[in-house]
Amino acid sequence: MNKIKTIFRGKFFFIFAPFIFLWLLRYIIPNYTISSKTPHWAYIPPKSCLGGCGSIDGLIPFVDWTNALIQFLRKYEIFGLFTFRDFTRGIANYVDKFLDFTEAVLHKGFPSYDVGPLPWIFILTLTIILGFYLRGWRLALLGGACFSYLILFSKRGIWELSMKSLAAISVSAPLAALIGLCLGILAVKRKRFANFLWPMLNILQSLPHFSYLILVVIFVGIGTKAGVIATVIFAFPPMARLTILGLQNISQEIKEAGVMAGCTKWQMLFKVEIPAARSPIMLGINQVIMQCLAMIVIAAFIGQPGLGHDLLIRLQGLRLGEAFEIGVAVVLIAITLDRYSQALALKEPERREGNFVKRNPYLCATFFAIIICSILVFLFPFFNEYPKELTVSASVYLDNAIKSFTRSLFVPLGIFRDWMLIYFLMPLKAVFQSMPWTGVILFVGAIGWKLGKMRLALTVMLFVFFIASSGYWVRAMITVYMVFASLVICALIGIPLGIWASKKESRTKIVLNICDIFQTFPSFIYLLPAIMLFQISDVSAIFAIVIYSSIPMIRYTIFGLRGVPQHIIEAAITSGCTQRQLLWKVRMPLAFPEIILGANQTLMFSLFMVMIAGFIGTVDLSQEIFRALSFSDGGKGLIIGLCVAFIGLTADRLLVEWSKQMKLKLGFKN
Amino acid sequence: MNKEAKISCKNIWKLYGEAPEKFLKNTNNNPTTEEIKKNNYIPAVRDASIDVNTGEILVIMGLSGSGKSTLLRCMSKLIEPTHGQVFFEGNDLLKASEKELIDIRRHKMGMVFQHFALLPHRTVLQNVAFPLEVQGQEIQKREERAKDVIKLVGLEGREKYYPRELSGGQQQRVGLARSLAVEPDVWFLDEPFSALDPLIRKEMQNEFLRLQSMLKKTIVFITHDFDEAIRLADRIAIMYEGLIVQVGTPEELITKPATDYVAEFTKDIPRSKLLNAESIMNEKDKKPYENKVNYSDKIEKIASKVLKSESIFSVVDDNKEVIGSLSKKELIKALFAEDKNE
Repeated sequence: MNKIKTIFRGKFFFIFAPFIFLWLLRYIIPNYTISSKTPHWAYIPPKSCLGGCGSIDGLIPFVDWTNALIQFLRKYEIFGLFTFRDFTRGIANYVDKFLDFTEAVLHKGFPSYDVGPLPWIFILTLTIILGFYLRGWRLALLGGACFSYLILFSKRGIWELSMKSLAAISVSAPLAALIGLCLGILAVKRKRFANFLWPMLNILQSLPHFSYLILVVIFVGIGTKAGVIATVIFAFPPMARLTILGLQNISQEIKEAGVMAGCTKWQMLFKVEIPAARSPIMLGINQVIMQCLAMIVIAAFIGQPGLGHDLLIRLQGLRLGEAFEIGVAVVLIAITLDRYSQALALKEPERREGNFVKRNPYLCATFFAIIICSILVFLFPFFNEYPKELTVSASVYLDNAIKSFTRSLFVPLGIFRDWMLIYFLMPLKAVFQSMPWTGVILFVGAIGWKLGKMRLALTVMLFVFFIASSGYWVRAMITVYMVFASLVICALIGIPLGIWASKKESRTKIVLNICDIFQTFPSFIYLLPAIMLFQISDVSAIFAIVIYSSIPMIRYTIFGLRGVPQHIIEAAITSGCTQRQLLWKVRMPLAFPEIILGANQTLMFSLFMVMIAGFIGTVDLSQEIFRALSFSDGGKGLIIGLCVAFIGLTADRLLVEWSKQMKLKLGFKN
Repeated sequence: MNKEAKISCKNIWKLYGEAPEKFLKNTNNNPTTEEIKKNNYIPAVRDASIDVNTGEILVIMGLSGSGKSTLLRCMSKLIEPTHGQVFFEGNDLLKASEKELIDIRRHKMGMVFQHFALLPHRTVLQNVAFPLEVQGQEIQKREERAKDVIKLVGLEGREKYYPRELSGGQQQRVGLARSLAVEPDVWFLDEPFSALDPLIRKEMQNEFLRLQSMLKKTIVFITHDFDEAIRLADRIAIMYEGLIVQVGTPEELITKPATDYVAEFTKDIPRSKLLNAESIMNEKDKKPYENKVNYSDKIEKIASKVLKSESIFSVVDDNKEVIGSLSKKELIKALFAEDKNE
């Protein structure tokens, strides 16, 4: 009897429960394969039993319900005055007013006053001065180089496109930052609101972009303003999160100092709390800007003009050289904005004494730069509008280079691709597709129960049940397979690379810097080399996912290994460990919780990238989302989005809890 | 209530746990240690009653977790006590409105923190002027006042520095200046020198005594360092597990420790430097002897005289009246505390 009890308590049982279940089913149900036309209900969730006339073959017609709700919001007039859609469109029109202004400044000009847009020389000079002010000449150089590229390579209008994109960002980023800040403050001040906000942020951040693009199309329309609104929705959650974190981490004493000085609530907020949480809030702004940049390509799907739009068209036409040129522009802008906003976040106030010019050198420099630039623009038309004759384009050469490169590698790449497909991806896909949904629910439930409380188990089981009953089970499992395959490859690349990099300070620095640069690339960029190398296949999708999402794996491995306390390492060395023993017996076990967190991040990144990879034709959930987008099917888009979000959240809950418990066991705090 | 008391705490309780008010009510506001433990409450302060007299330095002493900081925060209502009353100049703080509280804090209280709690984005001058700024004082007036206080704590010339550019000792000087900027009546210091190196700590204690000799504030000073307490205190309150174990002058604590816990603390203190003749004399014996010592003479000064002589000494007060006697026996008893219990 005791023996049975220990088996039930053991890890073994819980991890293998679903496989035992699978094995038992073979004997109970004869037609267990999914290839049979009507697979048993225990394998593939049955079709709708409620109503049954829904357009989707789900167990529960979530999609129909959501569409009914959307219809209601479109048509029902609140107080008989206006519909919800009128309301959202009203807000969008306000956003449009700001947009008109930034667009006029950056690329349209003010025709009614006969004033053109801001000449390029102004933008270039001011960027350089700002770079100097924020960190020094290296940052200034980066900013200068970025905008010089945009000016010089403007043969196909990259400068105008960039200005269009920047005009949209300069509306969406402040708006998202403001919304995030306000929600964050409210959440810190009102516990109840926080309880509501956290799960909302979790879901918003794990929903694929495309699923709310559809809702934006329905409730706002298309074009730049719709793009801006979609961007804001996508970009505010990290700001809210970092605001909450920042405000919560202010030392108790600083708050008490504020209270003892006799601050009122508002004085507390504006004079003590927000300034004290300045750095995390500024990092939030950095995050917002990066999210806005990631959205410039995605917002192009709903008709926002700019760099993203043209990149997308070039990608669709497989004009890779031109796409590459635009891609470089996007990446340069991303890196520049990232570094500038990071510098802003880390900037400490500086002590300057002396006369006015000495105290405010950058203010004076800006002032003189504006005067000099104005004179230049007035005297020479060259400085007003960079002449088209002097612009260059490398796209033809790039095209040729890419062609000859892929041609020379055609055979080995083809062999590699086919080998991957036949020996790794297809068998893996078969395994995932043969998993019964009942088994998967039991599996996640068992892990949840093993790790934590009943609550965790029930939550993850509910997530999986939602996916199963939504009618997208088979496609969801393809998504899971792609994510899993990428995760395995990422771990195979990321962990050894992390171990290698953590050996020496100099290596760590280089690798982390490269990670930083890669992380600033908007995700769509990764499709470029993938298509170049592997054309359209599962392999190219997974290639794109892997380069995008192995970054956190590497990063967390390095942090985990380098974070092992020095005294423990010294103790191990004095105990006589060899380098190998030190790694496997001391550093790796201690870094493991951190590596798990890295795997979790990698998983989230992959999930995002899988959705984008749908653009090059995979057959998982992302394809359905793209379909929903072209039919403006809001309900379908949202439900599939939720399926994706729940895949992510299930893994996230389990992995984070696992890591937390391991850290507790090792005695690490937080 | 003591009329002289600036702050008067009456039966302060602070419990952490679920619905502590209800629990206290059910136990008649006097739960036993077992009851508290059994119901999973964490007692921070238990039934603390103490008066802070005008113009005195009251040091609250205890190890970490003894509830001394919590008691201090109850006095300024940074923390709401679970039960009890706090009178500030005769007014019940716990019944005061938010507005009244802000007013009291703006004009009558100043507080110094263990980790300085300076605002990192403000210069020294702006930090010191901060309490005046939130009152709505004009910029010129408040900066003038701030400059005066900065001078007072010896940081002249550093007005434009940011906190990160200063050493720990200097930062705490800014903390002192900020708390003094509003000319408070009551000065709260929460382990102000604990985060500093021992040498700097000594220097800051001297600085503190210098300031107090000029300003004559009513002071509540928290520390876990008994040497510091003895150096600075007029009276010391010792706390242990949320209870105030004993309140008294340093001499009283050493000569008449209320519990073994207090005795343990006072064991290592060099008595000869601290105790005077009055605190160790035999009060019953008021016979006039030939040899006399003044009541306020420290033992250090009279020890060799008394120990060399076989006779008994009379202890006299300022009017030359005999108030007690002192012999070898009392002296030895006082100097070697361990003998007391035998």
